[in-house]
Amino acid sequence: MLAARTRDVAAAEDALSDALAAALAEWPGRGVPDSPEAWLLTVARRKFIDALRRQRHDDEAAAQLQWLSDHSTDGDHDRALPDRQLGLLFACAHPGIARDVHAPLMLQVVLGFDAATIASAFLVAPAAMAQRLVRAKTKIRQAGIGFDVPAADALPGRLDAVLEAIYAAYAEGWSDPEGADARRRNLADEAIWLCRLLASLLPDEGEVLGLLSLMLHAHSRRDARRDAQGHYVPLSEQDPARWDAAMIDEAEALLRRANASASPSGRFQLEAAVQSAHAVRRHAGHVDWRAIAGLYDALCALTASPVAALNRAVALAQSCGTTAGLTALQALVGDPRLQQYQPYWAARAELLARHGDVAGAQQAYQQAIGLEREPAVRRHLQQRAASLGLSNA
Amino acid sequence: MEYMLMIFSDPEGWARLTPAQAAEGMAAYGAYHEALQKAGVLRSSARLRPGSTATTVRLQSGKSQVLDGPFIETREQLGGYFRIEVADLDSALSWAARCPGAAHGVVEVRPVWAMGEP
Repeated sequence: MLAARTRDVAAAEDALSDALAAALAEWPGRGVPDSPEAWLLTVARRKFIDALRRQRHDDEAAAQLQWLSDHSTDGDHDRALPDRQLGLLFACAHPGIARDVHAPLMLQVVLGFDAATIASAFLVAPAAMAQRLVRAKTKIRQAGIGFDVPAADALPGRLDAVLEAIYAAYAEGWSDPEGADARRRNLADEAIWLCRLLASLLPDEGEVLGLLSLMLHAHSRRDARRDAQGHYVPLSEQDPARWDAAMIDEAEALLRRANASASPSGRFQLEAAVQSAHAVRRHAGHVDWRAIAGLYDALCALTASPVAALNRAVALAQSCGTTAGLTALQALVGDPRLQQYQPYWAARAELLARHGDVAGAQQAYQQAIGLEREPAVRRHLQQRAASLGLSNA
Repeated sequence: MEYMLMIFSDPEGWARLTPAQAAEGMAAYGAYHEALQKAGVLRSSARLRPGSTATTVRLQSGKSQVLDGPFIETREQLGGYFRIEVADLDSALSWAARCPGAAHGVVEVRPVWAMGEP
């Protein structure tokens, strides 16, 4: 956003964090302004100009200062700033930037997270993360990656990368259900915020609405994932009364809007539709597994993702019986992409147990337990394994 | 690359668990061990008895000195390790995060310095 003006990401960030500090000092007294982001950017821009004035000896800085002054009249930020923010999102998810840096870069450049926080969230060593971010920003500067919103014909491809990065940030925040780590909890909220911004700027893009709907559906169940004692509660056992009804309503409305849009249904709309089918339980009392299996059919055809195929197998087991599910799962045995994916082993264990293959189920549960990161989920899996009447090795 | 995942935790914590909880904790380590094996990354591993069983030896002016207790007295002690072979630090960290020790203590990840390596 600010960088869009100046092309100097590092300086823009410094100015923005100054602005955030100013905001934290002012808001408690004066209240949050109507449009906090525009306000922040206005302050950031002023701070940036101040900072540039302090180091005027730098020719480049002087040039940028001149450029900024030329372009910054106080009235123009209402419309123009969000567009720049959008352009910045596209720059962060540019194909010239390594894929695994897209989400971290957005968090730092657009939202002002520090490298150490981002590193923790993505489970990367802080020094390594800092280095990757610096490298990416240098690349943006040196390669002359623009901060423009891509033209209509290039938009769909470029948009996918932006959406994937936002979803990656959300997923990292989502994986901390206890909210023990406030920084990671924020990540899920921030991802939703970014997607809202995107949806307000590209209101006719079905996939943007789809992703926002998907994340809101997931978010509505956030608190229901743990019981009062902090034990893990799987989706099928959650009490719909503990879901956030307003959030679900919003997610449903977004999905309807996405379906009405001209663009064909993409991955995120399909995934949001799956979540919507789960949410139906709050009224209908049951889940339409046949519809879910159909949606996963479409997802498999669209993405060839092994995770979609896994979920399709689970949906088939629910709608057409355990044998059908196991048959579908059999096709995934040995897929290297699933070998260290806990849900694959947990699903396999569950289906084998239902099929009466106690030894096979036990083995699969062991694998799932060994791969799980969250202690509460690990305990849940251990209890499932133990409830098979097996010696819990 | 080879890495040592070293688990530091408070042995008192284990002592406070009920037998059922302790069994569950051990089973979690068993499953983790198995997952490392199945992934083909495990080189070796060991659990260590608490620091109270430690004895320290050093040679001072040609004489060996033997002391009772661990080298460093801290509440959190080295309780065991997993030595793994993975592509890079990121993969090592993702395995460290799955280690039950990351939940009840901390897991320190250090690259192994092979003999002869500069």
